[in-house]
Amino acid sequence: MSEITEKELTLDEMIARQEKERRRASRRQFWRVFLGRGALSKACFAFLVLFAFAAVFGPLLTPYSPYEQSLAHALEGPSAAHPLGMDGLGRDLLTRTIYGARISFCTGLLSSVIALVAGSILGLIAGYSGGFVSGLIMRSVDAQLSIPGLILTMCLVAIFGGSILSVSVIIGISALPGYVRMLYGQVLSLRENDYVAAAELIGQNKFEIMLKHLLPNAFPTLIVMFTGSVGSAVMIESGLAYLGIGITAPTPAWGTMISEGYNYLMFKPLPAIVPGVALMLLIITLNIIGDGLRDALDPRLRGKL
Amino acid sequence: MGERLLEVKNLRTSFFTAAGEVKAVDGVSFHVDRQEIIAIVGESGCGKSVTQMSMVKLIQSPPGKILGGEVWLDGENLMEYDAKSPQMQAVRGAGIAFIFQEPMTALNPVYTVGNQLTEVIRRHKKCGRKEAWELGVQALRDVAIPEPERRMENYPFELSGGMRQRILIAIAVACGSKLIVADEPTTALDVTIQAQVMELLQGVVEEKKTSLIVVTHNLGLVTRHTRRIYVMYAGKIIESGTTEELITRPRHPYTIGLLNSVPKLEQEKGSRLVPIEGAPPSLIGLPDACAFLPRCPYACDKCRSSPYPALRRTEGEEHCVACHLDLEGRI
Amino acid sequence: MSAEGKREPIIQVENLKMYFPLRKGLVSKVYAQVKAVDDVSFQVREGETFGLVGESGCGKTTTGKCVLRMLRPTGGRILYRGVDIAQMPPKQFKQYRRRLQMIFQDPYGSLDPRESVYTIVKEAVAADRRPHSAGELRDRVVELIEMVGLSREMITRYPHELSGGQRQRLGIARALACDPEFIVCDEPVSALDVSIQAQIINLFESLQEKLGLTYIFVAHDLAVVRHIARRIGVMYLGRLVEVLDSDDLFLRSRHPYTRALLSAVPTTDYYAERERRRILLEGEVPSPINAPPGCPFHPRCRYATPACSQTMPPLRDTGGGHLLACHNPPED
Repeated sequence: MSEITEKELTLDEMIARQEKERRRASRRQFWRVFLGRGALSKACFAFLVLFAFAAVFGPLLTPYSPYEQSLAHALEGPSAAHPLGMDGLGRDLLTRTIYGARISFCTGLLSSVIALVAGSILGLIAGYSGGFVSGLIMRSVDAQLSIPGLILTMCLVAIFGGSILSVSVIIGISALPGYVRMLYGQVLSLRENDYVAAAELIGQNKFEIMLKHLLPNAFPTLIVMFTGSVGSAVMIESGLAYLGIGITAPTPAWGTMISEGYNYLMFKPLPAIVPGVALMLLIITLNIIGDGLRDALDPRLRGKL
Repeated sequence: MGERLLEVKNLRTSFFTAAGEVKAVDGVSFHVDRQEIIAIVGESGCGKSVTQMSMVKLIQSPPGKILGGEVWLDGENLMEYDAKSPQMQAVRGAGIAFIFQEPMTALNPVYTVGNQLTEVIRRHKKCGRKEAWELGVQALRDVAIPEPERRMENYPFELSGGMRQRILIAIAVACGSKLIVADEPTTALDVTIQAQVMELLQGVVEEKKTSLIVVTHNLGLVTRHTRRIYVMYAGKIIESGTTEELITRPRHPYTIGLLNSVPKLEQEKGSRLVPIEGAPPSLIGLPDACAFLPRCPYACDKCRSSPYPALRRTEGEEHCVACHLDLEGRI
Repeated sequence: MSAEGKREPIIQVENLKMYFPLRKGLVSKVYAQVKAVDDVSFQVREGETFGLVGESGCGKTTTGKCVLRMLRPTGGRILYRGVDIAQMPPKQFKQYRRRLQMIFQDPYGSLDPRESVYTIVKEAVAADRRPHSAGELRDRVVELIEMVGLSREMITRYPHELSGGQRQRLGIARALACDPEFIVCDEPVSALDVSIQAQIINLFESLQEKLGLTYIFVAHDLAVVRHIARRIGVMYLGRLVEVLDSDDLFLRSRHPYTRALLSAVPTTDYYAERERRRILLEGEVPSPINAPPGCPFHPRCRYATPACSQTMPPLRDTGGGHLLACHNPPED
């Protein structure tokens, strides 16, 4: 009896230990591939950490409030007290840019998570079930795509108002067709793999096959799409703010800031350039990181390097 | 027999990976005479393909590196040429042509057969478009492709696997290559098509006065067509000889194992096949002793204590073996 | 013969037809049929191996998939222990699902690259919907893995870390996890090195002895099939053209196509091989979309008579359980 339990223990321990070691090794591998893609990748990663830090700890980093105006100092150039200078209403530009990162991150992440979750579910069902359900989902997606995205978003924002939450949901919905179509295509090709046939043969049901085989194998593509769509969500949010719909002044969103700064572009370019550059950097960073993630998440690629 | 066409001396290629140095080709020497068909036989991962690619420096670097050796083709030492030099470009194609296992990846899917054929011909023959087209049609006819004019208009995906393999052979024929290297040319094909392709290759060698190296894992495939065979294991040649000597009187336990693994049509029913147990070793940090030792059914104390056995000549005229033991014949 | 006569047929295929419609246009009008399998009948006895041989595109894999109900046949009956499963509704078929398994040709594509050896086999054990304790599951997985000749140290590896032979063993372990009675092996060794092929073939044989399994062994290499199968069916363009005992294959096969296949098999018998005259078939297998009328083989057959291009010869018994579909079988 004791012999059996001892054997079981060692075997279980062995599995657990190897599983743990493997996870540690694969984590190490992940970072090696992810950061081993060159200086650009490392710089982007550093940037993203910086942005995220600014977004989370914004209020602790700056002594000023983003709303506090001092018209006497309006459009003042960079100084020791205000490293990036002041905007048209005499607010600290750096402070507003930091607070803007917060709004951009919130809407970008929230809307992309919404699109990711809903799009994955719809795409999986459409791709794997086939027939009427698939037709219904894909035709609805086509219908949505036939309406110009910006116009649809603008209408919805006009109807539901411009809080961060409602803007995020609306941007999420506008990103949905991309996810559904991408996953639909992925599933169509993945389901041709023999391991899906094998899963059917051992008696797994559709739900298990979708969750255990199709979704994990589509995951790397989803992640790349996700980072890309965070970027474009930030763009759309800023675009809406620039146009004066959605998140509006005086909230320090980068879009509103660019729009305000635009008025003085000819003689004081800094108030428009600073949020513009921040926006550009964030989007480039997200795209490059997406590519890095795809490589680092691919187990076949990981083994080779 | 004939005059030397290719002589490879002590070729060494390694891949430097995170896990260590992979000695894929470790001191390989062999030769091919004019109009001769030889085979290099071994399991996947034994370095037989890397040997061939190293001859024309088609090794991705890093991680791969050709560490040394000489490759004499018709009096030129190819190792003196840079991988990207025009001399090496000329060798690939006009000198040595390659035929791969999966012909689909060797053909560009978005160009027609005619497009690809004429492009290669024009590069090597320096002739006009029209002349190249006619040479291409002639090459297709040479490899017994029916309706060659119509095939020129086809895209690779419109053709069957056997047909694609013929196209690759046609390209080699059209370039007038001195040597064709066929790397597992028939593994992806049906047996009937395998036979067709092998007969065709033999015919090409006879008619076009080329030479042929067949790289394969199946000794059965090459028994009929080759004059000599080299057997590779773990980056080294472990036995070589004329096909007759090697097939009828194999001396290395690995060769004996390979021969016993092939199911025989006349074999008595109910008899089990005798496989080579285990798997080929990893080529990283190989021990000093014989690499086949862990899988060898005849291993003795002498094998365990001695260093790697050198390739030595046996009574056979061209028969060499790297084994401490004195085995002979299929057991 | 008498000893075998007692064995029950476990699978009986009667007039199996599998047509794939080709559609085009807005309303998906069917404009042609691909007759992948056309009027195929055979039976497989319990504990026996039935070999299906033919070139790619001859319908041998499709036949195997129909027998496993991975495809729903266009016509004909498939009796599994006397019950017709050919058109059975999925709910009712569920009870038989795990009894009928398959080993795939591509040992890499048939394994989920994101699952470890342990997970792959565990899922197959757990999919029977019975309650298992964690210990039971693990013991069963280890038992299966060791049964197919993998070591328990490999349990945490991933498919891309295994060799071709090890992957195929893993595929076998997964199939065995379902306690199958009947397995279709679809070209299970053609992607492997010759030295490894022999290991896997021996594994199939010892598992058959140990567990009383019944196989359909699909392959294009007659030497491999002859070695493992007791009866062999030769398929050409969706039809069975000859069925015979594997012992008779070498000396008594009479269909010109079977003989051509035989002559193409590579061997290592040096002297015989050098003298052997090969029957090289001209051209390639015609497309099953517009199969030639009459005997499908007649355009490539050197013994063809005018009758061959008119009517399809029926598969008839020439004595001793040797079935042949040929108008003009060559004498030796």
